[in-house]
Parts: sequence; C-alpha cells; structure tokens
Amino acid sequence: MLYREAGQFKTNYASDLAVFPILQDRMGIAAILLVAFVAVPYFGNDFLLQAIMIPFLIFSLATIGLNLLTGYTGLLSLGTGAFMGVGAYACYKLETLFPGVNIIVWIVTAGFASAAVGVLFGLPSLRIKGFYLAIATLAAQFFLQWCFVRIPWLFNYNTSGAIEVGTHTLFGIPITGPNATSTTRYLIALSIVVVMTWFASNLVHGRIGRMWMAVRDMDIAAELMGIRLLPTKLLAFAVSSFYCGVAGAMLVFLWYGGAEADVFSINQSFFILFMVIVGGLGSLLGSFLGAAFIFILPIFLRYVPPHVGMSIFPATVEHITFMITGGLIIFFLIVEPHGLARLWQTAKQKLRVWPFPY
Amino acid sequence: MLLYKIFIDPFVQMGASPDLFVQTLWEGLVAGVLYALIALGFVLIFKASGVFNFAQGIMVVFGALTLVGIYEILVRWGISQENVAAFLALGLTIGVMFLLAFAVERIVLKPLVNQPDIILFMATFGLTYFLIGFGEYVFGGSSKVMIADQLYLPKGFIDLKILGGVVSLQKIDIAAAVIASIMVTGLALFFSKTRIGRALRAVADSHKAALSVGISLDQIWVIVWFASGLVALVTGIMWGARSEVSFALEVIALRALPVLILGGFTSIPGAIVGGLIIGIGEKLGDFYWGALLGRGIESWLAYFIALVFLLFRPQGLFGEKIIERV
Repeated sequence: MLYREAGQFKTNYASDLAVFPILQDRMGIAAILLVAFVAVPYFGNDFLLQAIMIPFLIFSLATIGLNLLTGYTGLLSLGTGAFMGVGAYACYKLETLFPGVNIIVWIVTAGFASAAVGVLFGLPSLRIKGFYLAIATLAAQFFLQWCFVRIPWLFNYNTSGAIEVGTHTLFGIPITGPNATSTTRYLIALSIVVVMTWFASNLVHGRIGRMWMAVRDMDIAAELMGIRLLPTKLLAFAVSSFYCGVAGAMLVFLWYGGAEADVFSINQSFFILFMVIVGGLGSLLGSFLGAAFIFILPIFLRYVPPHVGMSIFPATVEHITFMITGGLIIFFLIVEPHGLARLWQTAKQKLRVWPFPY
Repeated sequence: MLLYKIFIDPFVQMGASPDLFVQTLWEGLVAGVLYALIALGFVLIFKASGVFNFAQGIMVVFGALTLVGIYEILVRWGISQENVAAFLALGLTIGVMFLLAFAVERIVLKPLVNQPDIILFMATFGLTYFLIGFGEYVFGGSSKVMIADQLYLPKGFIDLKILGGVVSLQKIDIAAAVIASIMVTGLALFFSKTRIGRALRAVADSHKAALSVGISLDQIWVIVWFASGLVALVTGIMWGARSEVSFALEVIALRALPVLILGGFTSIPGAIVGGLIIGIGEKLGDFYWGALLGRGIESWLAYFIALVFLLFRPQGLFGEKIIERV
C-alpha cells in the first residue's frame, strides 16, 4: 500500500545488479542519510549524541565487522573485543609516534594493524571448524588482552596503564579529546561509518562476497568449485578485523577519550556477537538493527521506569535488566531465528501487498 | 640465554626441590578435576542434544548460590539443627535444578528444535544472562560462604613428608577428587547399564533414529539437563568450598572451554583427561615459566595448549572423527 514498484523496469545489467533496485528504497536511504547528517546533529542534544548515537555507530561498525566473518563467511569468532583493542592501541601508538599526521588517517590505518593480527589468528581456521574455531579465537581474545595489560610499551609506560586521547584537530576544529564537541565527533563517526558500510556493501555484493557465502554454505563444495579456502578465509578474517579495529579506535578516540584493557574484554566480544545474532546473520541492515536493539535496550530499561512513576532500587534495576535482556534474546530467537533483518523484510513485504494479502 | 631460561632453568628448579614440584603438580591435578567436572556438564548436554551449552558455568554458580541461599532461608525460619538444614537445602536445590532443566527444555529448547547450532548457542547465552539476573535478584549480589562444614565436608590439610620436604594436601581437595571419581563412575554405569542410559546414547548417535524407535526426545533432554545440573551443583559445592560463592566464579566456565576442545566435545573420558592435562599444564607453566613472561599467563596458556593439540587433531583428543560429505 505504502508504495508500489510497478513500472520500474530493469533495462540493463547495471540496474539489475543494483544494491537498491527500487526507487523508493533509494529515496529511503537518502532520507535516512539526510536525517543522520542534518537533523540529528541540529536537533539532538548532548545526551542523545554522546550516550546513544556515537556508541550506536561505533558498535554498528564492529557488528558489521563480525557479521562479515560470522554471518557471511560462517566462521564463528569470539575475539572481536580483542581485535577492537588492537585497533585502539595501534591508533594510540601511531598517534603518539607521529603526532603530525591527522588523526583520522591513523584511525583508519589502525585497522590494518588489527587486520594483520586477525590474519595471524585466523590461520587455524583452515583446519579447525565450528565451535572448535570459536574457542580457538578465544585464545586470541585472552592473549591479546593480556598483552594490553602486560606490555607497557603499548600504553607508553603510563603509570595508570590506560591510554588517553589528546586534542586533535581537523581544519582547525578539535575532533578528539576533551575540547571536541559531541556534534563534531558524531559527524566524524557518521562519515567513517557511512563510507565503510558502503564499502562493505559493495564487497558482499561482489565476487568476494559470493566467495565468502559459498564457503559459509559448505566449504568443501566451495573448494571443489575452485575457491581457494585459505586466502578466502584469511581475507574474511582480515576485512573483519579491519572493521573491528577501526571501530575500536573510534571507541577510544571519538567516544571514551581514554581506555583500559578491560574495555576490550571477553564481554565486549559477546556483546558484539549478540548484536550480530539478534540483528540477523549475513545482513548489513541487521548489523545496525542489532546494534541499536542490544545497545539501546539497557539504556531504555534504566531510564524509562523512573519516568513513568515506578521507583526501583538501582541494584534491582541492574538485575532485572540482566533478566530481561536474557529473556528477550531467547524470545527473539524463538520468534525469528533469522534476526531483526528478517522481521523487517517480512514487514516490508506485508506493507507492499497490503491490503490484499496475495 | 633465553633458550637456557626456557629449556634448562625450570627443570633444574624442579630437580632442586622435588617437594615443591609435587605440590604444584597436586594443585594442578585438583584444578584439573574441577575443570573436568565443568567440561563433563558441557559434554553431557552436547552429546545428547547437540547444544553447546554456554550456561554451564553459570549453572555451577547458580547451583552453589541456590544451595547457600536456601540454607540461609531455612535457618532464618528456625531450623536449629545446622546439618539438617544443610541437607534439606541440598535436597531442595536438587529440586530447583530439576525445575530448571524442565523449564529450559520447555521454554528454550523445544521451540528451537532443528534451528542451526549457533542459534541454540545464542539461546544458552540468553539463559546465562537470565540466570545471572535471576540469581542476583533472589539471593543478592554479595558473595557467600559455602556451607562446607554443615555438609560434613572435611577441612584442614594433611602434610606428607616425601622427597626431603613437605607436601600439604587440602582435605577438601582429596574429597573433591574422590567425589568426582564416584560421580564419573556413577554416570558411566548409568549410561551403560540402565534403560534411560541406553536411550541417551541412542539419542546421541542420531536424533532421528532414536525418535523412530520410540524414544521421547523431550524426556531425554530434561534428564540430560538435570544430570548436568547435578554435575554443576557438585562442582559448585567443591569450588565454593575452596573460595567463596559469588558470580565472579563464572569465569571458571571460560577456563573450562579449552578442556573441552582438548578432549573433544563428545567424549566423557576426553573431558576428564583434558581437564587433568590443562589443570597440570596451567599450574606448572605458570609456576616455572610464568616469571619469564610476566605473571598472569594462566589466563591464556590453556588456550594455547589446546590450540596446539587442535592443530594436529581438529576434533580433539577423543572426539569422534569429523567426516564431511558434500
């Protein structure tokens, strides 16, 4: 009812291969981008930007990273938190070693360090499969986290053991550190996320994405069809870790402004994995939906009951938040194991054919 | 010089004070028994239902916490005989574990039958979160003391004079080892001799074939979850008696995962042997080689040991050979 795609014909291969073949979809994306770039920074207050939008974008990026590995290539990884950490620490080291270069360059470059580490820990994936691989990636998680604590070179021999972010500027406007406004940091984060999502979208719709999906569906069959497994799997690890690394660098430089090794703990990995599963395996849109759901739900649970007149002890809220989060994860898996992305598709289909269901 | 430190020094140390070596070995063995128990709970569930139960670690804590919580409530109600209250609490906790198994089967597993493994894995994650929240909500978040005395668990230690030194063995550790071996033997007998045990093995072999000869999957799953709940409870009591009972204990689940990949997901002997290898390797490694790398290497050493084994045997030491068909 809301829209029809009747009359939109595909007359050449390019339009057949388009990511958004329908005019209304393209308009929708443009509208979302417009809202994100203009309306949110203009109307949003500091709380919205700092506590919700910036972390949401960062977690979305990390979720896309893990989704490329787990959702598209079918390699389950529990080391996401550590790969984010590699990005953050690499960015910190680069920034302090070469303070002259713009920080955004280093945020993106830090991804390459993370990718290299990811490839290293991805090597066993050729022999080890399924849950065995998941636990093998835990080796990466614990080893790297141990490195963040025990190698003082990584945090420049700070006595606090934490990394701190100084002020950096772009065109004379501070974009990191205490002087940067949340609006600028939001816009920087948004730009990076949009560009990288666009890149990921092209990646998964192209030859590489098809190779990944073939490996996911059955790796032996993919091998028989002439896909070389090792480079394909390692590429997936590299790209995934790259995204996680950039997300980690953004987490420290654009959101926290400083971090300890604890930030990149195993819980962070699980958190990102929740987002991937709840959002939908193998879906970029799902990455955003999952990140929004899992990240915003606890905030919602914490802030809404007091506003509607319910008074609960903070400790109780914490416990109930845990219970509700756990319960909702199970509930969502039962209702729609393919995640929020599938729910969205179903809803869209329903809207297209409404009011006639056939 | 570095090679010398890696390959010679630790062994010289071992030779110089054999009593210290035996002490470390014993501690590793005890830790290994507890790891093996946790891994056993994982294996039981994985074998019977193909679910990778991440909640096993939290079930350990939940079991221990429920036991202490119920005991405190009973004492508050005026049951003056501490031992009576303790054993009553133990009985009630076993009841709670059964209810938990039943609820998990009904609410979580049944609607998710035939979903991909990763979905079931995530569901047990949800369960983990729920149990953490529920346990803290009901019994409070503060850490508790395990009621070891009231359950007639021995305390204190025995000093053995061997090899020109003294090795002290905690009595509770000996009790843990004994109880663990009794339990494993009991489970092995249960699996091989009883009707339900045979049904369990049939389900582990093939769900479809088991269904077709009239085995009720629902019933089997409840039994399996209950059995691993009991294993979790025993582990919780033992671990709780050594330290204290709080949700900080959940990290032991992460410690037990390398045991699992080392032994194989489907093998009970694997869980036990793997547990012992990891326990001993971890303690010896940390004691003799730890200083070389800075402390705290036990957080990842076990994973590396497991990873090395895994590169040669991708299905774990005792796991069933993975056969893939296109």
